[in-house]
Amino acid sequence: MNLPLLWFCVIALLWLGYLFLEGFDFGVGMLLPVLGRDETERRVLINTIGPVWDGNEVWLIVAAGATFAAFPGWYASLFSATYLPLTLFLVALIGRGVAFEYRGKVDSARWRRVWDRIIVTGSWTAALCVGFVITATVLGLPLDAAGDRIGSPFASVTWETVLGALAVAGYALVHGAIFLALKTEGDVRYRARALALRAAPVALLPLVVLLLLVQLRSGEPWTWAATGVVLAAVAAALARLARGREGQAFSGMAVAVAATVLALFGALYPDVLPSTADPAHSLTVAGAASSSYTLTVMTWVAAFGTPAVLVYQGWTYWVFRKRIGVRHIPATHVPAASS
Amino acid sequence: MDVLDLARWQFGITTVYHFLMVPLTIGLSLIVAGMQTAWVRTGDRKYLAMTKFWGKLLLINFAMGVVTGIVQEFQFGMAWSAYSRFVGDVFGAPLAMEGLVAFFVESTFLGLWIFGWDRLPKRVHLACVWAFSLATVASAYFILAANSWMQHPVGIEVRDGRPVLTSIGAVLGNSTVLAAFPHTVFGAFCVAATFLVGISAWHLWHRSDDEPVWRGSLRLGAWVGVVAFAGVAISGDLQGKLMFEQQPMKMAAAEALCRTEEPASFSVFAIGDVASPDCEDVKSITVPALLSFLAHNDFSSEVKGLDELVPLYQERYGANYPVDERLGELSGQPIDYVPLLPVTYWGFRLMIGFGAIATFAGVAALWLTRGGRLPRGRWFPIAALASIATPFLANSFGWIFTEMGRQPFVVVPNPSGVDGVWMYTAQAVSNSAPGEVLTSLIALTTVYGALAVVEGFLVRRYVRAGVPGVLPPEKPADQKHDTDEHDDEKPDAEKKSDVLAFAY
Ligand code: HDD
Ligand code: HEM
Ligand code: HEM
Repeated sequence: MNLPLLWFCVIALLWLGYLFLEGFDFGVGMLLPVLGRDETERRVLINTIGPVWDGNEVWLIVAAGATFAAFPGWYASLFSATYLPLTLFLVALIGRGVAFEYRGKVDSARWRRVWDRIIVTGSWTAALCVGFVITATVLGLPLDAAGDRIGSPFASVTWETVLGALAVAGYALVHGAIFLALKTEGDVRYRARALALRAAPVALLPLVVLLLLVQLRSGEPWTWAATGVVLAAVAAALARLARGREGQAFSGMAVAVAATVLALFGALYPDVLPSTADPAHSLTVAGAASSSYTLTVMTWVAAFGTPAVLVYQGWTYWVFRKRIGVRHIPATHVPAASS
Repeated sequence: MDVLDLARWQFGITTVYHFLMVPLTIGLSLIVAGMQTAWVRTGDRKYLAMTKFWGKLLLINFAMGVVTGIVQEFQFGMAWSAYSRFVGDVFGAPLAMEGLVAFFVESTFLGLWIFGWDRLPKRVHLACVWAFSLATVASAYFILAANSWMQHPVGIEVRDGRPVLTSIGAVLGNSTVLAAFPHTVFGAFCVAATFLVGISAWHLWHRSDDEPVWRGSLRLGAWVGVVAFAGVAISGDLQGKLMFEQQPMKMAAAEALCRTEEPASFSVFAIGDVASPDCEDVKSITVPALLSFLAHNDFSSEVKGLDELVPLYQERYGANYPVDERLGELSGQPIDYVPLLPVTYWGFRLMIGFGAIATFAGVAALWLTRGGRLPRGRWFPIAALASIATPFLANSFGWIFTEMGRQPFVVVPNPSGVDGVWMYTAQAVSNSAPGEVLTSLIALTTVYGALAVVEGFLVRRYVRAGVPGVLPPEKPADQKHDTDEHDDEKPDAEKKSDVLAFAY
């Protein structure tokens, strides 16, 4: 395998890690008002991701950084062409991140209500934006020869990218519900399970449509196969969930996300960012890659760094493996309003 | 305003803002790690109280550091796409390494630290705070290596008009980063030290409970501050010498030095418009030959002034911008090689000045509280709290000076050495619509403004509450009013393990 292709795969892998991990973070945030009926339950939900959400978000930062290093043109064209959606994305991530840390720092129902709203809207918005941007790179943007966007700031808003936005949001919703069924106990757990089963047929529909659309446009036999795996894995996950086997259902979702990323990035290859204006302007794996020296350096860093990350992030999940329930939530201890 | 101005304002605002959180995180996290180490080794509750109190403020600040950092990571591609395409082969690598090597460690071990108090063995938990705080320092190294490359582009060759990396060792071992890294980290300790001193002094004056905690924090902060300022001065002197060699224009701009001088005097203070074209009406208080010393370690060297440098730059890098429609109004226009003199001149002085005030405050605090003493005047807590702002300002002015002093370049040519590659800031910006950049500028500035208020409010509340706000008083063993009857039947150990030590 040549280095540009290797790095294309690494970036796909980073997106996979991000979609899988922050996918359920988003889902938990989206479901906060639905599954958290009172303050303690809402704290149960938030604390399932409390120790890990920031680590999960770093997958995005590294995906962006690795794209910058390995395919500068891809990073530059994609990010500048989807300027406004990314701005919205950043604002959503800012709000969500601060909200997790700050919502419990003042003992006031009003204070918490404000941050809860930010968590919910932030999670929905961020999930939608991720779907939007990934679809934009897979299906292409109107780019000129210099790699700049042709047309208005809203040129990236098409029915396909909107579909992609819904696909990731819907996936995050189901994934988050299954994660909560796995990580909580008591009433919340059963409600999360029921919700995942009930919501899945509708929530996952955009994802299925998106996958079929991508395959029809530029699929290969093996990406069609990956699409088949997605469908089978989702079906299996839901079937296991109905049986109360949450761990297996969650693993099923892992397979489904992996196959989704394979199907999307596989169909994208050999481009990294197609131009819908003129195929000659498409950015390709071979054409947009950095020099082989840079890629070699990065390969060494990744070869040592990635396994380490997997080990210690895995260890974190192990340390916090226990289910959380209402009885685990400590009383709030924060400074009283200043005298 | 055109896209260039908007993008510059946005980058300036968002990075200066990010760098309000960054130095406090770096300095405080290592100090808190030290406090926790003291607690693990001695078992003294005072150190636990210190760890919890300062640790909580650290966390409030850290959250903001994280969310503002993500904006930085995206901004290069969004607003500076031409720059990203141009430098990506070199510049992307340290950025990606920062993520892979530093941010993953930082975020993961921070989570373990916050939530791991009762889950991890004491020593493992202690290792987590060290892992996380050392990772903040590692992240500083990588990002400063990236930034230093823009000031002193090494380790590359130019292929098809673009820099291509030939030696990662040269980029990571760049002389510029070797000086900038200690300078920035010491600068971060100045911030954390003054933070400790100011808040502790306020608590001492208010005769808050837990006096040993505040006295201990104050003395620790003051000593760290004194050492950090020495470190900043020494590394800053090194940076000055490199700047003289690598970026003579920035050196001249720092001094608003119109004419070449030999030996060159250092201007301490100027009255009048330092940017006026004929430096005649500027009255300046100067120290003879000091600038020569700063630049070259002797009292006789020549330091080139703007009068000599401008023609030199014009000759080497052209008198006019290339004709290129992407440059907009600047296309084909003469290039102004002189940075904004009032900004560079005053930025440099304010950095040093505010740093000096911070150190003075630290030394004064040590003296005033020696041997259990405490001043009773009302001025004392006010001065203590006010001094907290000074190293933040010093850091901001340091960056504003460094970054604006390299204008009009974003990647700066070094006339004396590596010189093959440069890029004008005007060429670096994305081909965006002004409305896009204006939208993000307004959105981010508004969000940042609101969050500043929230962070200020929370910090104030936690500061005032002192130790009891973060560490519930130890309950006598027989006091059980908040457990219900059923619980009483359970064995003690189980009861304890049910409730988490910390939850959001
Ligand atoms: C000298 C140090 C320094 C400098 C110059 C910068 N940062 Fe920073 N950054 C840090 C030091 C730091 C840190 C200490 O590691 C932070 C601050 C608080 C924190 O949470 O980590 C951080 C956080 C942080 C994060 C979030 C990491 C996470 O989720 O844990 C990102 C993505 C960036 N930064 C990116 C940048 C970029 C692209 C910069 C260049 C413009 C930049 N930072 C300047
Ligand atoms: C956190 C500390 C930093 C601060 C406070 C800071 C400050 C600034 C300021 C004030 C500007 C605007 C200058 C102007 O428009 O005249 C600027 C521009 C810029 N800086 Fe920095 N900077 C920091 C770190 C960095 C780092 C680490 C990098 C690169 C890794 C960087 C890259 C840039 C770029 C690309 C620009 C845009 C071009 C320009 O307007 O000059 N900066 N910075
Ligand atoms: C005797 C005191 C000091 C001297 C001689 C000094 C010198 C310098 C010089 C020459 C630069 C520019 C480097 C370049 O652009 O190439 C710089 C930058 C900077 N200074 Fe200072 N400085 C001093 C004090 C301080 C203090 C007290 C702080 C903060 C607490 C500080 C924070 C910074 C920062 C953040 C930068 C920009 C980042 C960098 O280039 O490292 N400095 N300083």
